[in-house]
Amino acid sequence: MKKASFAITLLCLFVIALASCEKLLPPAPKDEEVLAGTIPGLTAEQEREHLVGDEAFGTIFSKEEGLGPIFVQTSCANCHIGNGKGHPSAELTRYAYVNGSTVDYLTTKGGPQLQQRAVIGYAPESLPSEANVFSKRIAPAVMGLGYIAALDDQSILNNADSSDANGDGISGRPNYVNPTDFFSPLAIHISSGGKYIGRFGKKAEKVAIQDQVVFALKQDIGITSDFDMQDLYNYQIGINTGDNVPDPEVSASFVNSLVFYMRTLKAPPRRNAEDADVLAGESIFNSIGCVSCHIPTFTTAITDISALSNQTFHPYSDFLLHDMGSALDDGYPEGSANGSEWRTPPLWGIGLAKDSQGGQLFLLHDGRAHSFEEAISFHGGEATSRRSAYYNLSPTEKDQLIKFLESL
Amino acid sequence: MKLFTLNYKIICILLVQTCVINSFAQKDSSLVKRIPSDTSKLNMNLDAIYNRPFLQIGKMPVALGGYIEVNTDYSGTDGVNEGLSFQFRRLTMFMSSTITKKIKFLTELEFEDGTKEINIECAAIDFEFHPLLNLRGGIIMNPIGAFNQNHDGPKWEFIERPISATQMLPATWSNAGFGLHGKLYKSDWVLAYEAYLTNGFDENIISNTEGKTFLPATKLNRDRFEESFNGKAMFTGKVAIKKRKIGEIGFSYMGGVYNQYQLDGVILDKKRKVDVFAIDISTNILKTNTAITGEFAWVLVDLPDDYIQNFGNKQRGGYLDIVQPILKRKMFGWENAVLNLAFRTEYVDWNVGTFEATGDNIYESVFGIAPGISFRPSGQTVLRFNYRYQWQKDILGNPPARTAAIQFGISSYF
Ligand code: HEC
Ligand code: HEC
Repeated sequence: MKKASFAITLLCLFVIALASCEKLLPPAPKDEEVLAGTIPGLTAEQEREHLVGDEAFGTIFSKEEGLGPIFVQTSCANCHIGNGKGHPSAELTRYAYVNGSTVDYLTTKGGPQLQQRAVIGYAPESLPSEANVFSKRIAPAVMGLGYIAALDDQSILNNADSSDANGDGISGRPNYVNPTDFFSPLAIHISSGGKYIGRFGKKAEKVAIQDQVVFALKQDIGITSDFDMQDLYNYQIGINTGDNVPDPEVSASFVNSLVFYMRTLKAPPRRNAEDADVLAGESIFNSIGCVSCHIPTFTTAITDISALSNQTFHPYSDFLLHDMGSALDDGYPEGSANGSEWRTPPLWGIGLAKDSQGGQLFLLHDGRAHSFEEAISFHGGEATSRRSAYYNLSPTEKDQLIKFLESL
Repeated sequence: MKLFTLNYKIICILLVQTCVINSFAQKDSSLVKRIPSDTSKLNMNLDAIYNRPFLQIGKMPVALGGYIEVNTDYSGTDGVNEGLSFQFRRLTMFMSSTITKKIKFLTELEFEDGTKEINIECAAIDFEFHPLLNLRGGIIMNPIGAFNQNHDGPKWEFIERPISATQMLPATWSNAGFGLHGKLYKSDWVLAYEAYLTNGFDENIISNTEGKTFLPATKLNRDRFEESFNGKAMFTGKVAIKKRKIGEIGFSYMGGVYNQYQLDGVILDKKRKVDVFAIDISTNILKTNTAITGEFAWVLVDLPDDYIQNFGNKQRGGYLDIVQPILKRKMFGWENAVLNLAFRTEYVDWNVGTFEATGDNIYESVFGIAPGISFRPSGQTVLRFNYRYQWQKDILGNPPARTAAIQFGISSYF
């Protein structure tokens, strides 16, 4: 009898344990607190393809898979941690020789980008002595890029005002760049003398997501693909064999799934958007003219992913170049952008930057600013008047503006 | 380490032998003699490989044994539910024989995850010249920490092996080599030592798709039982002391050159070393019969200059298990059945140090707890129920990924 009751007790415990299984597993973090997940409205097949790309994004390359032989990092996800803003420990450096209107990216000396790491048994690159300008950059968040890619050039051009015709002190201009060999223009693209408007990268020097992905595979990780078969090697040691892995080191479909992943990551979610302080901050953001560059709202054109077609989204950017003044001038030209010109970075997701930057903030292109206020304090050049307007705010208003930024 | 071709024959022989034994057993059970071993009481860790239950058939010179581990796993990370799966973790077989007086042979073969991995865990001959002086040669289990030598599933109340022992230290970790071991007895005290030279690590430890310094990556080298990666032997040494009724403490070291510093006589790099230090303890509080087992280890790697910081030059980690019997009596017809409560805490920091760029701490760490209940019908068989919860921090220390698992498993010698 006793035995039976003992057995029954055990059985009951087992059943209770099974029934509460679900509750014992960690819950998902709130949707608005993470930078992962897909845009709404994807088909099951598209969701699956997104996961394939997710895996590619997290792939860590080793020597055997073709890493390097010189590289900056071993995986996309190591720089774009959690799809969010990156950390200075994974910063990259581009270099060039500039003298007046002469610009030499030193491609025969290992340019345009430094690969300061090497696989075991190979020598990392150091900066060539000829280089006299350097651009250090930390990784941006990569959320919502599909919407930006689906924007037509005309909606970018609509906000351009290169000669400041409207006299507001802001003269955003598009970066017209030479397209890559593998770029095929879509209906959204408008060319000007064979050049196209760049919209990705800190100086808007990449026209399409694919351009950035192929460039990153090669220049950041040392991985060749069908789109760029020439492996990196260290010019400084005169061994031009690169690594011993046959090229291409990844297939075209690997590249395509990365592009698909980038296109289908959801837009960064907002938090507390209806808070009184946040709403007050938002109207200050408008009234002191931050919106002249950080434009809140755009609508996409028709594209091959229907969930991205005709969608209104809120990047807080104009995708144009602005002269930001001498403090932010790195002297490094890219496309038609000069050293002090930077693309207005989308501010969406900036409130979650801390969660991907190890609890701290590293703002601006090289992560030099550790708070929103400090980031604003570097706004010179065209943004000088907006910075002054910020300084003229009362402490409460400043606080409300910051709360608004934190809610993005 | 897959050794399909090499081991194929050995495995066949083993399987045939097992069948022969079974048929013997059916005909006349008196032919088969069980040499039991009370495996729930840990002997000295050094003895673990021999301190297992074996079956001996008639006058056959070999004794056979083995164990299996199976479990269910219901787990999820941050709301992504992996669902339920059934895991056949491993089937291990061992065979030992006394070749002649004072010459023993033991081998352990392991089939992991179905047939995904087949490993020779150990295959060594021992010559006893004196209790203080034994010569061992073959494939040796390096005595680093305690878990590596004492890893049999049925001995533990936890389904998962400790992370620090299997992923930071590479248990189960064995290499071809030679060495000495011995014991000195003095009333209630035993002092034991082990010292071996074996093949060692290779460059996979800092060049792998884990993206971090990872000693187990050396197991990818298929040739490591055939030849040393760089012609430099690795040393493993351990000193352990045990007092009867109190417990055992062990200090161990393992280290050697892991890089290819020369090729065909040309010097390519300086010799770069990996050094591993470990402390292990096991004790039984007599009054409450509480068993406490733990191990902590440090890994130091001399990295190439300017090497990518994702690969750390320092790691540390360990675990502590507390097992409390709460019921010890006849249960369901088993005479000496025991019901235990168990609790494990574990931790590994894969990359101890700070970033060159910012001076901030490099995280890349995991912390886990695992409460559990185990039921032992006898010392050789355990049914266990574990709940695991684990916090994994990325290299920057962002909000951790939380993983939990509910597991039920069986492990038994046979
Ligand atoms: C070494 C760190 C690093 C690695 C590795 C890296 N990125 Fe980046 N990523 C950056 C930086 C820095 C930028 C800004 C580049 C610029 O200004 O030209 C960037 C920009 C981007 C952009 C454009 C985002 C925007 O808003 O303009 C995309 C898309 C991108 N990366 C995808 C990838 C993919 C895919 C991989 C893997 C193949 C990858 N990255 C690997 C650092 C990295
Ligand atoms: C003239 C255009 C312009 C105006 C006006 C402007 N910004 Fe910016 N903002 C930029 C550019 C360009 C950058 C990037 C500079 C860099 O990376 O070095 C930037 C960067 C930032 C950043 C950091 C973003 C990041 O990803 O690191 C914040 C925050 C920001 N701006 C807030 C504001 C606020 C608040 C205002 C209004 C007071 C404002 N900006 C006005 C152009 C502008």
